[in-house]
Amino acid sequence: MKKIFSSIMTLVLVLAVASCGGSGTSNGERKAQELSGAGATFPLPFYNVVFDQFSGVNGDAVAYGGIGSGGGIRNLRDKIVDFAGTDAFLSDKEMEEMAPVIHIPTCMGAVVLAYNLDGVESLNLSGEVIADIFAGAIKTWNDPRLTALNPDVNLPAGAIIPVFRSDGSGTTFVFTDYLTKVSPMWASNYGTGKSVNFPTGQAAKGNPGVAGIISQTKNSIGYIGSEYAFAQKIPYAKIMNQRGELVEPTSTTISASASGEIPADTRTSITNADAEGAYPISCFTWMVIYKEQNYSDRSREQAIATLDLMKYILSDEAQDVTSKVHYAPLPAKAKELSMKNLKTVTYNGMAILKD
Amino acid sequence: MNDKLYRTILFIAALTIPIVCGGVVYALITDAYDAFEHFGFFRFLTSSEWSYTEGAEQYGALPFITGTLLTTLLALLFCIPFSLPVAFFVGEYFKGSRVASILSTVTDLLAGIPSIIYGLWGFYTLRPVIITLNISPQGSGILTASLVLAIMIVPYAASLSAEFIKMVPNDLKESAYSLGATRAEVVRKIIFPVAGSGIFSSYILAIGRALGETMTVTMLIGNTNNIPTSITSTGNSMASIIANQFGEADGLRLSSLIAIGLILFLITAVINMIGKMMIKRARIS
Repeated sequence: MKKIFSSIMTLVLVLAVASCGGSGTSNGERKAQELSGAGATFPLPFYNVVFDQFSGVNGDAVAYGGIGSGGGIRNLRDKIVDFAGTDAFLSDKEMEEMAPVIHIPTCMGAVVLAYNLDGVESLNLSGEVIADIFAGAIKTWNDPRLTALNPDVNLPAGAIIPVFRSDGSGTTFVFTDYLTKVSPMWASNYGTGKSVNFPTGQAAKGNPGVAGIISQTKNSIGYIGSEYAFAQKIPYAKIMNQRGELVEPTSTTISASASGEIPADTRTSITNADAEGAYPISCFTWMVIYKEQNYSDRSREQAIATLDLMKYILSDEAQDVTSKVHYAPLPAKAKELSMKNLKTVTYNGMAILKD
Repeated sequence: MNDKLYRTILFIAALTIPIVCGGVVYALITDAYDAFEHFGFFRFLTSSEWSYTEGAEQYGALPFITGTLLTTLLALLFCIPFSLPVAFFVGEYFKGSRVASILSTVTDLLAGIPSIIYGLWGFYTLRPVIITLNISPQGSGILTASLVLAIMIVPYAASLSAEFIKMVPNDLKESAYSLGATRAEVVRKIIFPVAGSGIFSSYILAIGRALGETMTVTMLIGNTNNIPTSITSTGNSMASIIANQFGEADGLRLSSLIAIGLILFLITAVINMIGKMMIKRARIS
């Protein structure tokens, strides 16, 4: 009898130690979890690849709904997802209205100006010109300001059809953030936001929707995540940066725009960066998670899986994917800060990750 | 005992529907209250501003009410020249023939096509046509949405109209013929006056259908929050603005969207009620 009792006690002890060890490192044995997230469509092509690879690590399945950054944040506020994806970091006011959250940058990307013009293979644009096109001040393709930027191109006389997003969108945020920085006219009339009242043109839902309209409509121009322009083989413009260089969006030029300082919470805009060879409409895209992971009856294992996902995205293996799908890897500084931020995440007030 | 149980079950089942309907109205009103209180009911209806600037949010339903009414009205205009002939073909000229039954089956089939299919057809087939014809440079807009809506409501208008045309008493028509009236005269002077209010009501019901159509309109109207200046300009209908923006809306914007939903609900309810009343009157006479 005593023997049985002691063996049970040993078993309990072993189990307790094992579970402590597991929770400490989070790499230990745990059941595969189902994580759910929602938000930005902009990084979706990158996430699709990364989530697929991540499922091979621990068997965790990640379901991500591309419903737009605005919708993702709302789902996180309603506490029905494990993480939200967004291209627009939360404002101080939005942060105040929610339980404490942290931003984890996942990759860098570019918003490109995609166009549909017969016989035009290369187009140069500057920030001011883009602002005037979307404000309806430049109405036709052969406007003198456009021909001045494109001396070698035979631009048609047709009316310009700007295409924009009809839903709340981080892509719109990044784009209007850029326009606000480069055009005082834009700043005073329209400003920056996930939804902005564009005065002219037409709108569609999601990055794929805008890409669809552009590829179907002659003389149109619109802003989309770069991957969507690549995927649909829509040409996009070179844009003049702060140094006066005409830059095409590539991994290198996107990375160049993040060479500046990054704040501790990584909430920063890198549009119109003052750096050599920097593509001016570059951005970070983030995942946002709650600092306190015990909400909506989530288990500790689910919280650990969520952090595992964040850690995986920051790993070299995932960051290598970025340039293959036309995004750019995070700068070392951003990864460093993010690892630090991840360590502040708790479950029932106890830090999940140990040093 | 058995009978009582049966009655209770029936009673509960029947009562569920009015309760659900009442619940919908209640939820719409409570959620829309914020917007009406903040902007004032009348101002909300007549303001054309739809601006999200944080701290200075301004929401008004006028552009969307205009968009909805304009698309519906145009759809009705475009639908009459197609639905009325079908109704007379099926209900009078070839009444009971095989051709008529085939035609009415095909027309009814139009009603069964999901609206997303109409949207796709409009986007990939009709829109390029509008662009090539140089009607509007971007192809999307009030006109494109109305044309597709018109096709969608043809079956609703046509099949009900045909029923009313069939119901015109034979002795009335025969006595007209016996007095030497031609077929055209019978249609004009007998069938129209007798079945008129019935035909009218079937169009009212078709309007009710067009008012709330969401998917097709969202795909084709261009989704800009401005009052349309011409029939080729882009706009937004009440249903399409809700579909476009509810996903990320919260606070005042969400309340404003729900308020638009409530207004749409009221307009549709009133129009359907008028239609039902006219059908009743048509049946009595």
